[in-house]
Amino acid sequence: MKITLNRLKYWYHKASEMGAQYYNAPYRAAIARAKREEDDLFMLLVFSEMMGVPNPASWYCLELQPLLLERFHQWHQRMGMERSPLDHFRCC
Amino acid sequence: MSAIILLLFGLGGMALGYVFYSKFIAQHIYKLDENFKTPAHEMEDGIDFVPTNKFVLWGHHFTSVAGAAPIVGPAIAVIWGWLPAFLWVTIGTIFFAGVHDAGAIWASVRNRAKSVGALTGEVVGNRARSVFMIVIFLVLLMVNGVFGVVIAKLLINNPGAVVPVWGAIVVALLIGQLIYRMKASLPLVSILGVGALYFLIYIGPSVPMALPEQIGFEAIGYLSDSAAWILLLFAYAAIASLLPVWMLLQPRDYINGLQLFVGLILLYGAVLIANPTVVAPMINIDVPEGTPSMIPLLFVTIACGAISGFHGLVASGTSSKQLDKETDARFVGYFGAVGEGALALAAIIAATAGFASLADWKAVYHAFGQGGVLAFVNGGATILHAGTGIDEVVASTLLTVMAALFAGTTMDTGLRLQRYIFQEWGEIYNIKWMGKALPATLLAVGSCLVLAFGAGGADGTGGLIIWPLFGTTNQLLAGLTLLVITVMLVRRKIASAYTLIPLVFLLVMTLAALLLQLKGFYESQNWFLLGLDIVVLVAAILVTLECASALRRTKREMAEADA
Repeated sequence: MKITLNRLKYWYHKASEMGAQYYNAPYRAAIARAKREEDDLFMLLVFSEMMGVPNPASWYCLELQPLLLERFHQWHQRMGMERSPLDHFRCC
Repeated sequence: MSAIILLLFGLGGMALGYVFYSKFIAQHIYKLDENFKTPAHEMEDGIDFVPTNKFVLWGHHFTSVAGAAPIVGPAIAVIWGWLPAFLWVTIGTIFFAGVHDAGAIWASVRNRAKSVGALTGEVVGNRARSVFMIVIFLVLLMVNGVFGVVIAKLLINNPGAVVPVWGAIVVALLIGQLIYRMKASLPLVSILGVGALYFLIYIGPSVPMALPEQIGFEAIGYLSDSAAWILLLFAYAAIASLLPVWMLLQPRDYINGLQLFVGLILLYGAVLIANPTVVAPMINIDVPEGTPSMIPLLFVTIACGAISGFHGLVASGTSSKQLDKETDARFVGYFGAVGEGALALAAIIAATAGFASLADWKAVYHAFGQGGVLAFVNGGATILHAGTGIDEVVASTLLTVMAALFAGTTMDTGLRLQRYIFQEWGEIYNIKWMGKALPATLLAVGSCLVLAFGAGGADGTGGLIIWPLFGTTNQLLAGLTLLVITVMLVRRKIASAYTLIPLVFLLVMTLAALLLQLKGFYESQNWFLLGLDIVVLVAAILVTLECASALRRTKREMAEADA
């Protein structure tokens, strides 16, 4: 009885493994490519400066600065800096 | 005559073809080598190039190539009697399709898993590649146009199938979410998904739905129900082709794959139990008026199921990148073609043995292009009912859903591919807006709609007239793949007759069919189809010239090299 149960379990696992392969094979490439693109973007945003690559986010976010001005002021005060720590971004 | 005889001879013939002919082709013509390092190993990247178990790969290959086309084509072609369709499907599968499909995988594997499109450019020449792009665009255009019409017909014919056909999309969306977001176990999800689908099929006939026969307002005009379904289907296909694949396409393909196996087992099982009689004539000498000549039209009416260029795209696009051993090409390619031949055979049996009498059969096949998928559904339902005891209405809904889902999957995949072609043209010709996904999709949908309505008038019901034209473009595509294989064989100094004879046969039949149809469209003053026929004819002449010049050039090169 035990052997039969084990056999059944083995066949179940084998079938589900084959099923998963069958489910994934046709679209493996499209999904992996989309995931790779996301990973690439993540790498760029998180580690770019560490690798000496200027972070494109800061350049593209420049135009958001005026909108951030008020929040930035409160933020640097909460952080314990009475005056703005940035030379080019003086709020007070 | 008993349908079991047809079944045994058909399946038996294809089985013998696999055991003997494919072995000969694999060993002596393609010379498949177990030790050859396939691209899946050489370029393994875990994404495109992954060595895959041959049974899994066969399952994927078979379910990708088998769809609604091997059902529609044979079910139209039995109008000439069951024997011609039966012979072409059986002989075509053994000597044409199997050799073509396995050959396409082999050619691709030997060329770093490049697609047939790239191979025509590399093995034959750049001009051949341009012709290939034109032919593939025509194939996609026609398959999308025709399948929109086919599904609309199915839904109008069987209002009980409306809920399960659209419900299947919801089931697929849920399966996608369960697998990707909740990481549910696949066997469990499969059982739930298929169970839900069959539940919908079971309750479908109790909640029939139909569109009003006329939709619209007096000020802007009215649409027929058929036209409205076609528009709805294209709207759906456009959205589906833009969604991420894991969300809808992947789970839907999976369910369709399971459906294909369930449907085939049920149909063949029912034939064996019920033993229906083939009521259609062996050769129909009393064909309805306006039916074109059997030769050459038979060979383009049945493309998928006998030989189809579309298989070459799957074989070289994905299967070749995942082939574990080169020798697996025989099982995956040739046996994949046998699987599709078996589906076409089931369609022939349903459309010839599923009727009570010859008079009933003649009433359905009262004109060329009639019968078709509806004959498959109605005839198949009668056989299923007799063999398994499933209620006839539920059986008819089951087969309608099966055919509609196959056609639907082909439509959204086809639209996606057509969109890529438009985007590629946008990049080549520097038209920026065309390079974007949404405008390119709209262009693809627009061109298909022009075809669906242009061919069939304002209600779109006559779209099936272009079925043989779809067959011709599909055969031209197969011709280009056979050309690539033949050129490779000539360069390797291997006997090339096994691919050259099918190539010449296909070109002759395709050209003859196009000329015959040209005459027919001119006589019926159908200018739209006449124009389309001329476009395909030009493509066919270009393919023929390309074949002749490429083979002559290759032979000359070989002679010079020997000297």
